[in-house]
Amino acid sequence: MVESLEAARAQVPGVARKALSGNKAVAMAVRDLDVDVVAAYPITPQTTMVEAISELIAKGELDAEIIHVESEHSAISAAAGATAVGARSFTATSSQGLALMHEVLHIVSGLRIPTVMAVAMRALSAPISIWNDHSDVMNARDTGWVIYFTSSAQEAYDTLVMAYRIAEDPEVRLPVMVAYDGYVTSHTTEPVVVEGRERVLSFAPKRVTWDKLDPDNPITVGTLASPEYYYEIKYQQHRAMFNALEAARRVEEEFARVFNRRYGLVQTYRAEDAEVALLVTASYWDNARVAVDRTREEGVKAGLVKLRLYRPLPVEELARALGSTGVVGVVDRAISWGLPNAGPLYNEVSTALRDRVGARFQSIVAGIGQRTMLVEDFVKLFKLLYERMRGDRYSGETLFYGVRGA
Amino acid sequence: MSETRLPTWTEVTPGGIVREPGSTLRLDKNGWRVEKPVIDPEKCVRCRLCWIYCPDTAILEVEEPYTNSKGRTYKLTYKVDYDRCKGCGICAEECPVDAIEMVPEEVA
Repeated sequence: MVESLEAARAQVPGVARKALSGNKAVAMAVRDLDVDVVAAYPITPQTTMVEAISELIAKGELDAEIIHVESEHSAISAAAGATAVGARSFTATSSQGLALMHEVLHIVSGLRIPTVMAVAMRALSAPISIWNDHSDVMNARDTGWVIYFTSSAQEAYDTLVMAYRIAEDPEVRLPVMVAYDGYVTSHTTEPVVVEGRERVLSFAPKRVTWDKLDPDNPITVGTLASPEYYYEIKYQQHRAMFNALEAARRVEEEFARVFNRRYGLVQTYRAEDAEVALLVTASYWDNARVAVDRTREEGVKAGLVKLRLYRPLPVEELARALGSTGVVGVVDRAISWGLPNAGPLYNEVSTALRDRVGARFQSIVAGIGQRTMLVEDFVKLFKLLYERMRGDRYSGETLFYGVRGA
Repeated sequence: MSETRLPTWTEVTPGGIVREPGSTLRLDKNGWRVEKPVIDPEKCVRCRLCWIYCPDTAILEVEEPYTNSKGRTYKLTYKVDYDRCKGCGICAEECPVDAIEMVPEEVA
């Protein structure tokens, strides 16, 4: 991404800039964060990340236990157990692997265990697709994890560093998922500023801020909660999500000060005076920005908004970003089966902003199973939205962009 | 006993973690039982298996001498702490000499 390249050129003396794929960048972040325990099971397109972590351990660059588990269900369980005894743990997965973790995802957030996972997003079976969309993470949206969508190798690295700060904040104590597009980000080599352990650990120091399992101070983790207690415990967990939102805002600011790279929970590109805007996530941020420029050259005031933090949903930031826009196309890369408006992100954003902004929202589904979305596809979407706005012809149903025959 | 007030959402621990070890010892389990174990000190051979197997430390090893009908004197007598016993029946199942009988609560 442009911002990171500029930042890379103005790099801090002594900070290395490497050519890394998204997966390798995450492995470097795991090294720099001095993670103690990595438990993972290989799945395409996550595999090269865990391979890279294994190499770092083998070369002595990272002093961590790597647990070769028999499934993703065990991977997340082992990571959670490691954090429960006070370690800094990490896991990573994709697609069916995240689906197999599903019940444990709820347990980790419910027990308020601050672990972190990376997800190289991939479509769910069946039919089998090893390619990218967001159906795996959307399937995990109500598991109580803080969820980031990231757009580049640099952003994945940086967000992993922020993730531990947020997870381990004593007012938060929630697990964090850092997602990025399979292949498009996981396997594309980009220049990445690797900050190194000293700088990263001074930003995200290892401190056990949670109740840990310790024989000298015994506690019980994972008890039964009767009807008199369960509701309050779960409500407290819900409120912790809003603490996570505050923490995410603070950490973004601090990160920008220390590392000179600024993202924001919501990012905008030429959105201030936009008549039509697209709301996108993850790697669509790149092609869609070029499309904004091209569409504007053709006389349509296009703008782009990127949602970076998905859970907790930064409603204030979204409202600010979309406040002056006429029509907003919300681009989903997952299908909520059986809804006339089938985009999960569309439903959430349009509901959250219904009474706060004047914009009309249009649900758009694209890129399912990594159906390619090039710059001209986004230009077409901007023009389509513009025509609908001018003719006041809005559809109450999802626009399935690029599907043959529809 | 003072009336207990249930904790609000700000007072419960994160994730329902229990910070006090052994806090369930304070829980009165009398109402849990359908049947209660009754130990016959006459049949009991003081093997300690019930004490070992009990999941709730509800078998008490009491230093109370007992002389059975054959004239044998034991230094210990095994008793049940009914505030802790939840009536699972493991002790009766494991007793090698059938010295523990599960007696329905309403009859006892």
